Amino acid sequence: MVRYIAQRLLDAIPTIFLILTLVFVAMRILPGDPAIAALGDNALPEQIAEFRERMGLNVPLWQQYFNFLWGIFSLDLGRSLLSNTPVTQLIATYLPYTLELTLFAMILGVAGGIPLGVFAAVNRNKWPDNAIRGYNLIGYAIPDFYLGALLLIFFALNLGWFPIGGVGSGDIWSRIHAVFLPALTLAFVKTAFLGRLTRTSLLEVFGKDYIRTARAKGARENRVVYRHGLRNALLPISTGFGLSLLSTLSGSVAIELVFNRPGIGRMLISAIAERDYAVVQGGIIVFALFVVLINLLMDLVYVIIDPRIRVTK
Amino acid sequence: MTTPLLRVEDLVVEFGPKSAPIRVLEKVNFEMMSGSSIGIVGESGSGKSMTSLAIMRLIPEPAGRVSGRIEFDGRNLLDLPKKEMPRIRGRDIAMIFQEPMSSLNPVMSIGDQIAEGIMLHESMPREKRREKAAELLRLVGMPDPMGRLDSFPHQFSGGMRQRVMIAMAIACNPRLLIADEPTTALDVTIQAQVLQLMKQVRKRLNSSILIISHDLGVIADIAEHVIVMYAGRVIETGDSRSIFRNPTHPYTRGLLDSVPRLKDDRKRLHQIPGSVPLAGMIRQGCPFYARCGLRMDKCQQQMPPMQSVNSTHNAACWVTAPPLDTPRLVVAGEMR
Ligand SMILES: Nc1ncnc2c1ncn2[C@@H]1O[C@H](COP(=O)(O)OP(=O)(O)OP(=O)(O)O)[C@@H](O)[C@H]1O
Ligand SMILES: [Mg+2]
Repeated sequence: MVRYIAQRLLDAIPTIFLILTLVFVAMRILPGDPAIAALGDNALPEQIAEFRERMGLNVPLWQQYFNFLWGIFSLDLGRSLLSNTPVTQLIATYLPYTLELTLFAMILGVAGGIPLGVFAAVNRNKWPDNAIRGYNLIGYAIPDFYLGALLLIFFALNLGWFPIGGVGSGDIWSRIHAVFLPALTLAFVKTAFLGRLTRTSLLEVFGKDYIRTARAKGARENRVVYRHGLRNALLPISTGFGLSLLSTLSGSVAIELVFNRPGIGRMLISAIAERDYAVVQGGIIVFALFVVLINLLMDLVYVIIDPRIRVTK
Repeated sequence: MTTPLLRVEDLVVEFGPKSAPIRVLEKVNFEMMSGSSIGIVGESGSGKSMTSLAIMRLIPEPAGRVSGRIEFDGRNLLDLPKKEMPRIRGRDIAMIFQEPMSSLNPVMSIGDQIAEGIMLHESMPREKRREKAAELLRLVGMPDPMGRLDSFPHQFSGGMRQRVMIAMAIACNPRLLIADEPTTALDVTIQAQVLQLMKQVRKRLNSSILIISHDLGVIADIAEHVIVMYAGRVIETGDSRSIFRNPTHPYTRGLLDSVPRLKDDRKRLHQIPGSVPLAGMIRQGCPFYARCGLRMDKCQQQMPPMQSVNSTHNAACWVTAPPLDTPRLVVAGEMR
């Protein structure tokens, strides 16, 4: 078990290097000169030279690369070209809002999707199943920014139940209050996705011999569904959960715009618009590290769920 | 005359649409006394598993429809509300399945799986259940039973898994144990061990056993009474000794002839030509007609009724063949 976890951690290292290298290369081949972007078209040659010197753009590429890596390991992602604020500080400010949104969206998605999927599987081809299938279609068909705008107009603007945007004031209830609608928006498609996945995984498991064995032992339907069925269906469901978590993270970019939440997504978008390369680079690195982290977590979840993985690896 | 433990009467199982049903079992009849052992033989597809699943009411609904009577201890199981069945399954009637590799839950420890049956039917504290699970594992010959309770199915060989299945099945001392091809998926040497174990267990628990196999050797080893099935019908039934000495239906004879013998001077084993007809494609009259060496015209018109061979032995054939000169298989108890 410990060895397996250590192995997974080691496996992640080359992936992280690869991602960092890609980010580095991508930032260098992007069109446009960062100096011009930062200083404007009318910048004087001396200003540009001074800027390039300050940003470390005058040394050879390989040295830039090592400086870049070293910066990351010493938790220094440079400074915003516009405001000169350290990028790490920007991230520390905005990341919690994105994490908060993602977390709530996932909680709602799981709390909705799994029971819905179980309900659909148990009532296969009866009306609840069909109703849920209809909901699935809608869930996939509606773009989340559009749904977000609808919810915002209806519940926040018309009914006034929720704040119109922002992240609430410092106390926890006001934050939850503010995050609820955007989280619900993201959860709408999560629920559809996890619900459908739960349904198909469960139906597949229901056809297995050990389900018949459980019935032959005298297990009642509830026990068959939850103890034997769902427990075994959890493996594919958790894979879906991981994917869903990743898409929630990236989906939060648009939702942060709609709900005017100052998260990492919003930070990235405005940095791209302003060509604030250092901030873009920092934002991408944070997203990429999250992807690696989520994959790692999923591997750990598999070990917990499936005893067969524990021994073979 | 005591009431039989199990009486199956005109058992019919159908699949497919009601307007054009496919009959998988066609009026199966037999009964079983308490403490007896019955073997069901027949080629693949003859309806053996369907019969056993119907008794447990485990035929998937609503795809499959079951009619007739299945009296267990005087009660017709088919009349019971669906909710009542879990109380009977595992406690009164337990089942061992053919596939030890896939019949155990892969994410549950074997200790939990055995203890689950006990928990469902008896009130016993958790620790006691664990002890009993270990005791059952010891009974089925698992080395280091206490230490293996927390192991998972994939950590065992097929034979060991089948032992776990047996331990699970006997956990609540069922009065009837149904074993559907318990040894088919195992190596020959392991087969013999598992069979031996089933005999021991049966003696110890004094339960009745309904064993299903297409291996006549297995049947001869365990069963006192034999039911031969073909195309969803019972075509011959009788005392083991009588069936093996005096097989009457040409199909039963064919089955026996295809068993290799100890002193075999045949170049090739006998083989029944053709194969079992698929459910839904069974002809009028005798279903064995096309493959039968002794067929007559009237076999095409009418399914031959059961004819008495002797007081315990009946066969659904017009031809009552003479006894064999030498018994084809040695029946349990004849050889020490
Ligand atoms: N869901 C189903 N729908 C229609 N026919 C079915 C279905 N399940 C089984 N059958 C048919 O029922 C018949 C009897 O099957 P059964 O499983 O009882 O055979 P068996 O004697 O146990 O054979 P085996 O030795 O292969 O286990 C077969 O002809 C099979 O094709
Ligand atoms: Mg079978």
